[in-house]
Parts: sequence; C-alpha cells; structure tokens
Amino acid sequence: MKYFGLIWRNVWRKKIRTSLTILSVLVAFLLFALLNALGQAMSGGGAMTGAVRLVVIDKVSLINFLPLSHKNKIAQIPGVAVVSQQSWFGGFYQDPKNQFPQFPVVPDEYFALYPEFVMPEEQMEAWKNNRTGAVIGRDLAELYGLKVGDRIPIQSTIFTRKEGGRTWEFDIEGIFDTTDPKGGTALLLFRHDYFAEANTFGDGFVGWYTLRLAEGADPVEVANAIDLQFANSPNETETSTEAAFAASFAKQFGNIALIVTMILGAVFFTLLLVAGNTMSQSVRERIAELAVLKTLGFKDGTVLGIVLTESVLIMAMGGLLGVALGWLAGLAIGSAMAMFVPGGIVVSTEIVLLAVALMIGAGVLAGIFPALKAMRLSIVDALARG
Amino acid sequence: MHWHEVSSVRTLQQIFAVTWLNFLNLSHRVASSSVAVVGVAAVVLVFAAVLSMAKGFERTMTLAGSEDTAIIIRSGSTSELASGLSNEQVLIVETAPGVLRDGDQAVVSAELYVLVDIRKKSNDSEANVPFRGVGPRAFDVRDSTGLTEGRMFEPGKNELVVGRAAQSEFEGLDLGTSIKFGRTAWTVVGVFEADGGVAESEVWTDIRVLQGAYRRGNSFQTVRVRLDDRDSLAGLEEALKNDPRLDVDVYSERQFYSSQAQGTSTFIRVLGYPITFLMAIGAVFGALNSMYSSVSARGKEIATLRALGFGPISVLVSTMIESTLLALIGGLLGGAIAFLAFNGFQVSTLSNASFSQVVFDFAVTADLLAQGIVTALIIGLIGGFLPALRAARLPVAQALREL
Repeated sequence: MKYFGLIWRNVWRKKIRTSLTILSVLVAFLLFALLNALGQAMSGGGAMTGAVRLVVIDKVSLINFLPLSHKNKIAQIPGVAVVSQQSWFGGFYQDPKNQFPQFPVVPDEYFALYPEFVMPEEQMEAWKNNRTGAVIGRDLAELYGLKVGDRIPIQSTIFTRKEGGRTWEFDIEGIFDTTDPKGGTALLLFRHDYFAEANTFGDGFVGWYTLRLAEGADPVEVANAIDLQFANSPNETETSTEAAFAASFAKQFGNIALIVTMILGAVFFTLLLVAGNTMSQSVRERIAELAVLKTLGFKDGTVLGIVLTESVLIMAMGGLLGVALGWLAGLAIGSAMAMFVPGGIVVSTEIVLLAVALMIGAGVLAGIFPALKAMRLSIVDALARG
Repeated sequence: MHWHEVSSVRTLQQIFAVTWLNFLNLSHRVASSSVAVVGVAAVVLVFAAVLSMAKGFERTMTLAGSEDTAIIIRSGSTSELASGLSNEQVLIVETAPGVLRDGDQAVVSAELYVLVDIRKKSNDSEANVPFRGVGPRAFDVRDSTGLTEGRMFEPGKNELVVGRAAQSEFEGLDLGTSIKFGRTAWTVVGVFEADGGVAESEVWTDIRVLQGAYRRGNSFQTVRVRLDDRDSLAGLEEALKNDPRLDVDVYSERQFYSSQAQGTSTFIRVLGYPITFLMAIGAVFGALNSMYSSVSARGKEIATLRALGFGPISVLVSTMIESTLLALIGGLLGGAIAFLAFNGFQVSTLSNASFSQVVFDFAVTADLLAQGIVTALIIGLIGGFLPALRAARLPVAQALREL
C-alpha cells in the first residue's frame, strides 16, 4: 500500500483516457447488475422464503381444473398441515393492460398458508362478514390508489357471472402487507364461496391446491403420497415445491439465461479489450520511467504489482460505480413494473460479490500482459529507447 | 471561378489527401483502432440478436394470420383458452352471411384449444404445448397449411398430426411414436407445415376425440370461418353481434394474431432498446479513446501538415472520416456475425397472450441490419468529433517543437 500514491498518480496521468475507460467499465457493470437482477426476478429465484409449501396441479396441464373433492383427501395425508385451493381468475381492472393476479380463496386457510402476509384483525373479520368482499396487497393499493371501503370492478376474461356479464365487483375490506422483504403484494384475494356460487361453471372445481407441510415432514415423501393417492383417477396430480413450480414456469419462457449470458459475454469481451488496450498503452508510454524505478532498486515483483494494481483499480472504480447505478436503476424500473416482477428488480448481495470478483479478474487479465512486459524490462534497453 | 469555389475545391483535395494518409499509416495504430471496431461490432451484434427475437416472434404470429379467415371468439376473451362456445352457437355462425360455402357446406372449423405438458428438447423442462381439436376443414380455413408427411388423423381415433416446429422443439413427437398425455395414449400419424406460422407450434387431433378426452361435452372455444370475400368481415361481424343468441367478438385471423403478438414482442423490445442504448454509450467511450490516441499518435504528423499549409477543416474532417469508417467496419462485422450465428435459430417461448408455447426462429432482417449500421455510424461520428476538434486545434508551433 505504500506505493498507492505512485499508482494513483499513474492512473490519472492521462485524465481523458482513464475517465473514458472508467466510463466504459461503468456501463458494462451497470448492464451486468441490471441484467442479472432482472434474470433473477424473472426466474422467481430467491423469492421463496419461509415455510416450505407444495403446489398440487393437474398432471396433464396447469390449465385443467381439479375437483374440489381432492381437498379432503389431501388434508388426510400425513405431513400436510394446511391445504387450500386457488384458481386463476384472469381479470383486469378498468383496462386490459392492468393485469395482476386475482385468486378466489378461503380467507383463514389462505392466511394460514402464507403467514408472511399480515393484515389487521378487524379487516379480516370484516372480510369474513362480507361475501363480496376482497382484500388487496399494499403494492396494488399504491399502484391504483385504492383504499379500504372502495368498490373495485374486475373484468374476468374467463369467468361469467350467473347474473350475466363478466364484470365482478368487490368491496375492499382490507389491505395486507408482507413481512418478506423480497415478496411482492400486487394481488387481489376474494372469497371462494362467493366465486363458486356466482360463476356459470358452477361449484366443485379449483385451479390448484397449495399446502403447507407439518413440522419435520419430508416434502418429497408428501408429494409422492399425494400423487400416488390420485394415480389412475380421472384427475391425476403433479405435486412440486412452490420454488420448483415457479422455476419450471419461468423455464417456459425459454432460455432467458442463455440470452443474458450471451449479451454479457459480448459486453465483457469488449470491456476487456478496451481496458487491456488502455493498460498496454500506458505501459508503453512509461517504459523509460519503469526502467528508472528498476534502477532505483524496485524489484521485478513490485513493478508487476504496481502495474496490475493500476489496472484492477481502474476496473474497480468503474465497476463499483456501475453496480451502484445498476442498483438505483433496478429500484426505479422495479417499482415501475411492479405488476410483472412482484419482488422488484433487486441487485442482490450475490450479484455484487460476483461483480467484484469479475472486476478483479478482468483487471488482472487486462493488466497481466503489460505488467509482465514491464517486469521483464531490461533496464539498459529501456533507458536507451526512452 | 470565384475564390470561394477555388478554396472549397482545395479543401476537398486536402481532406482526401489527409484521409488517405491516415489510412496508409493505420497499420501503426492497429491495437487501438481494433478496440473501436470490436466495441462497435459488439453493440450491433447484441442489438441485432435481441431484436431479431422480436422480429422472428412477430413474423411467426402474423405469417399464418390470413385476411380471408375470421376468428369468432366469446366476447371479452383475450385468448382462445379463455373462450367458450356452445354447439348451438357454432351452428348459428355456420349459417351467417359472408361465410364461404362449398356446395351446401360452410367452410368452417370449430375448434377446442387445451394445453398439454411436453418436455422441451432444449432445456428438458415441461412446457405448455397447445393441443387443438379441429374439424375436417381445418386446413381449408388456413392459408398455405397442409400435411407434408404421414397422413391425416382418422376421425374418432386417438391420433395426432403435429406441427413441424412443435416436432423439432418438443420431445416424443416423431412420426409413428406413441405419446401419453395423462392417462390417454396418442399416436403421431402425420406432420403438417404452415409456412412457419404459429400453427406449426401446435399438436392437432379430431375435435370430437378431444372433447371426449377432456370431458368438454359438446363445447368449443373458437370458430374459424373462411370468408367468401375479404370485405365480408364487417358484414359477418354485424350479423353476429346483432344476434341475441350470441355474445362473441369477430376478428380477422391477422388482427387476432397480431394483437396476440403484442405483449411478448413489446417485452423483448423494452428489453432490447435500452440494452443497445447503454452498450452504444459504452462503445462511444471506446471509440473516443481510440480516436484520442490516434490523434495523439499523429500529433507530429498533423502539425507538419498544418505547417505545410493544410487547413484545420481538412484535419477535422479526415479524423471524423477515419472514426466513421472504423465504426462502419465494426457495424458490418457485428451485423454479419449476428446474421450468421442467429438467423434461423429456433427457440420457443411462453406467449403471454395464449399462455402456450410458440416456436419461432430468430429473424435478422435487412431493416434490423440497416438500423444496426446506422447506430454504428452514429457511434463513429460522436466518437470522432471531440478528438477531431482537438486535432484541428493542435497548436502547430508547440507540436513541432516536440519533434
């Protein structure tokens, strides 16, 4: 560290060149942070915390309904603590662009399944006393400026009401928050009993079941027991953990990871070239100086270290600024797209650590050849050339 | 000849001479010049690759969309999946005005659309593959769609014909093989093509068999009708909308598919343009760097030229020409790599609108390449301007003294 002053002076010897290099490194790491955070948000990675939950869907396809009669049979399987049903309502608010999940649920069971959702007790009571009541998440309330007592019309693209029309009106009885910092709450919940009674398809079917495991139960064993229970029935099931379910759903979008990797590969290759070029230029210009250093008794290793540190320093300055900007941009974009990425676009600690590792790696890689060149300088030749 | 004409001709000659000189000694600045070239190439490559996905997706969605076919769907349904029509409603549609007739039969296909989980070959995970029950006239209501291998399914049997794209993207759809969806086994007896359109992502069977297998009674989701004339659409729509027994929306097939394409392709664009913009900024820094070092490497040469009487304009313009040419080379390189590596590359994704897989090819089109080259030129111009200005303002005496 005693040479830091020297290194720092060398870094800023050509101010324009160093600034431009730092700026291009900044852009590269900004993209790196943002794309990785987006990739994580899309694959639902990291969003599943708390108790292990299992999801039971129809074996043939997620879109097929399951009979309500499965519920009791699942509840009796050892290891199942709570089981409840949900269905995809496929509705929108005012304009088809305003889509967010709405689920018909059983209030008590739903909140027992998702203990991370918290709502005042009196709002829960009010909801249980109003068949056409609904509760919404804080994110949704903020998105559309909704409050308790509002009446919200939701137009379903799937379910028609027996009374005619596909516009369902709900009284907002409560607003819930989440204790999971990574979880979003842009959703609306309404009562399954009202849904079953009022839709034209009738009662007796659900979209899927979600269940919470009892303390110490093995998720794989429970999942197998459920699927075995319904094997060879007209409605075979497929049970997986919530995380696996989310991941397999994300995979359906295709190889987003591959595309992101490809872009980042191109970005980093370019970055390395730019930084490597800057480093070799600056070493070339300083050959005489480096020879003087060696004449003064600087060891080969020290010269190598000085040049390498310079390169890593340039990478780190650009990289850290880039990651910081990426974090800010992620916050901004995430809140603008709260409906699509419920957990927000978060530059996680892993991404930051990976970025730091890359900065060091890229710095060393870009600096190593010029540094070796500097180390191997023959003093006499170098002084003669200068 | 007026004096200013003489001077402008002379300036042009000077520009040409200095540019030529720059070109001749470019070999001394290969390292820094290639940085600019590669930087620009990467921008154009990423731009063309990402947006070729959106292009390819749109092409697949609109290709099969015909103006001569109307889709009738329950009103308010944004996808076939969410729709539902009864047998009575289908019969009403068949007798509506504007429907093409072949003898006394209407050219229509009432269809049912469900999803089945089939493994994707590319990532070995299950995907929502569209499974469509169609009537005997399914090929007649679609443009340029037909069997290319095997035979049509026999009515009443558990037989499938599969789209060419579905066959190559998903497992277990080879001709002659048997595949199980739930408890029912199906045999693949034919392969059809649809000119690269979205139907090729689908698996078809007899509508009656599908209704039975999925316990859908005698219900349908959509009716496709061949119009007797392209202009009959409005008339058909009016007739159906005014019928109190129906509650439907009527679209031309093209309208329907292009609205279905919107969500996904907008998503890709929203991703693609900002990434390109950011990368382009990065490339501008790279180009600036190379051109500054080019100018400083040529400092003595520029000063000598100025001392010999070459004007500042010729030095400025020639520097900008150099950077623009380098960017152009980068742009062409990136475009060529994008075309060779990605054009025709097959992928499939979950369409937001239909909730099912759509198989499509990346399409690196001419207009994408043109946009990429224009981006490259802009990067070259911006990256060259400041260094060119510095070159033109170089104090002659001082630069020469450093000789």
